[in-house]
Amino acid sequence: MRHARRERWISFAMILPSIILLAIFVYGFIGWTIRVSLSKWNGVMPDYTWVGLENFRQLFTKAGDVAAERFGIDMWNTLFFTLFFLLVCVGFGLLLAVLLDQKIKGEGIFRTIYLFPMSLSFVVTGVVWKWIFAPGTADRLRGVNALLTAVGLDSLRWGWYTDTTAIGPFHVALIPVIVAAGWQMTGYTMAMYLAGLRGIPEEIREAARVDGASELQIYRRVILPMLAPITLSALIILGHISLKIFDLIYTMTGKGTGFVTDVPGIFMFETTFQGNHYSQGAAISIIMLLMVALVIVPYLIYSLRREVEL
Amino acid sequence: MTKRLNPSRIGIYLLLVLFAAIFLIPVYVLVVSGLKPFAEVENLSRMWLPPIAPTLQNFSDAWSGIAEKGIRGLGPNLLNSVYLTIPATILSSILGSLNGYVLSKWKFRGANIIFPLMLFGMFIPYQSILIPMTMTLAKIHLGGTLWGLILVHVVYGLPITTLIFRNYYAEIPTDLVEAARIDGAGILGVYFRVLFPLSLPGFVVVIIWQFTNIWNEFLFAVSILQRPEAQPITVALRNLAGGQVQEWNLVMAGTLIAALPTLLVYIVLGRFFIRGLLAGSVKG
Repeated sequence: MRHARRERWISFAMILPSIILLAIFVYGFIGWTIRVSLSKWNGVMPDYTWVGLENFRQLFTKAGDVAAERFGIDMWNTLFFTLFFLLVCVGFGLLLAVLLDQKIKGEGIFRTIYLFPMSLSFVVTGVVWKWIFAPGTADRLRGVNALLTAVGLDSLRWGWYTDTTAIGPFHVALIPVIVAAGWQMTGYTMAMYLAGLRGIPEEIREAARVDGASELQIYRRVILPMLAPITLSALIILGHISLKIFDLIYTMTGKGTGFVTDVPGIFMFETTFQGNHYSQGAAISIIMLLMVALVIVPYLIYSLRREVEL
Repeated sequence: MTKRLNPSRIGIYLLLVLFAAIFLIPVYVLVVSGLKPFAEVENLSRMWLPPIAPTLQNFSDAWSGIAEKGIRGLGPNLLNSVYLTIPATILSSILGSLNGYVLSKWKFRGANIIFPLMLFGMFIPYQSILIPMTMTLAKIHLGGTLWGLILVHVVYGLPITTLIFRNYYAEIPTDLVEAARIDGAGILGVYFRVLFPLSLPGFVVVIIWQFTNIWNEFLFAVSILQRPEAQPITVALRNLAGGQVQEWNLVMAGTLIAALPTLLVYIVLGRFFIRGLLAGSVKG
């Protein structure tokens, strides 16, 4: 009995360093950032003078304020970027998985090609697509614009990520960024769906065939509904990545003219480390944390609870 | 059960090939531009065409820089990435293995609360800990050093390494553990005699995952390391491609150099990479 108790202590001691580190680096630091976001620290030297929610109020409501205007654009950009990014990744990911599930010769090669961007840095992706979509000038066309002119499609040329056109609150400059992000992450949803498809027993499809269902019907009525939990996971994992995106856009376009490609991650980084507005940077990061927590916390509870039931 | 080629099968193959071609466009641009001499890459009407006089000069220039043009080489930064990635990967893997062992085979009271709290750490936007982190590193004299960045990667790598090992060890039958216990093995004995020898595939998955993530990471690196000669390759590459750079042939060669290590690991050990990828969506 004493022996067992000693071992319980050893087991706890083995994991304790990790628990302490994470307690400090995750929860302690978040608490500290919250404290900074409630201060008026606005220079190189720390200043913890309490101002309540003033930094948040400024970001959301101060009319005519540059920071509030920028943050408003950032939130719209995040919304549209997330929406289209998810649509691209889930749509094409599912399509590719279903295509690869048709007993394809050379499946391994195709899979390797669709998934390889996942092994690259967002910085690598950003640099390549920055070069591909660089618009150039009228007499020195670059990238896709040069290609369009070469094949006689001059009328399709536009400013890509430098274009300041907006359709309502949607900045068209986000489109090239969504293409780059979709290129990188579509393979991820494909891999998730493919794993899901491989987990569906052949008997289920056989049974549907015996019942006279066509291949298309089998997918629509039988297989897609079974993939719903995977879609949920994909939406949450990709959605939370999109809410905190920074590296890719910072490398590819930066904040853009008139903040057309700005997102909270870039705003936070620039205002904190280049503008020394620490309290404002902290406030933005806490808003980002709340948005991410809103999707991730229910998901974590749901996944782990389901695991316990198994 | 091989299927015969009928029109719809041909359509499927055509679609797959089309998508493969689209996915490879950036690789084509990278390779083609990376092989062009400066005069050719400046000729924008030929941007999408292969080089007339291909050269490997860009790769050596990207590695060692061009002093007279004020272009810094990426070679030293690539070495920084190596010195960063190897220790951070090994340390976070070992700690993850110990944590995974305890959480799967020695569930202590409260483990069901502590584990999700640990996991949450891998989802947070790191912006929300960046300010205290840089201040703390400065206070413990690790600010601006590779050691500081290593520490940060070890700590924030713990949730995912713990998760993968926990799910991996959960698959190992508890009977094996019980048998070793009857033979008199203690908690550490069980780990070293039973679990650790069976851990190789788990370690491969975790090491590949951590290697890829740490090599590719940007936000921590750019926040912690300001001196250009101390930065890992992702930060140096971003600086090379930023501003008013003209030498895109050199940038593309540099991008290939930065991408090659993780790309090679992916091509050689792809199936382990995919396992890490799927483990990240929490369910094992």
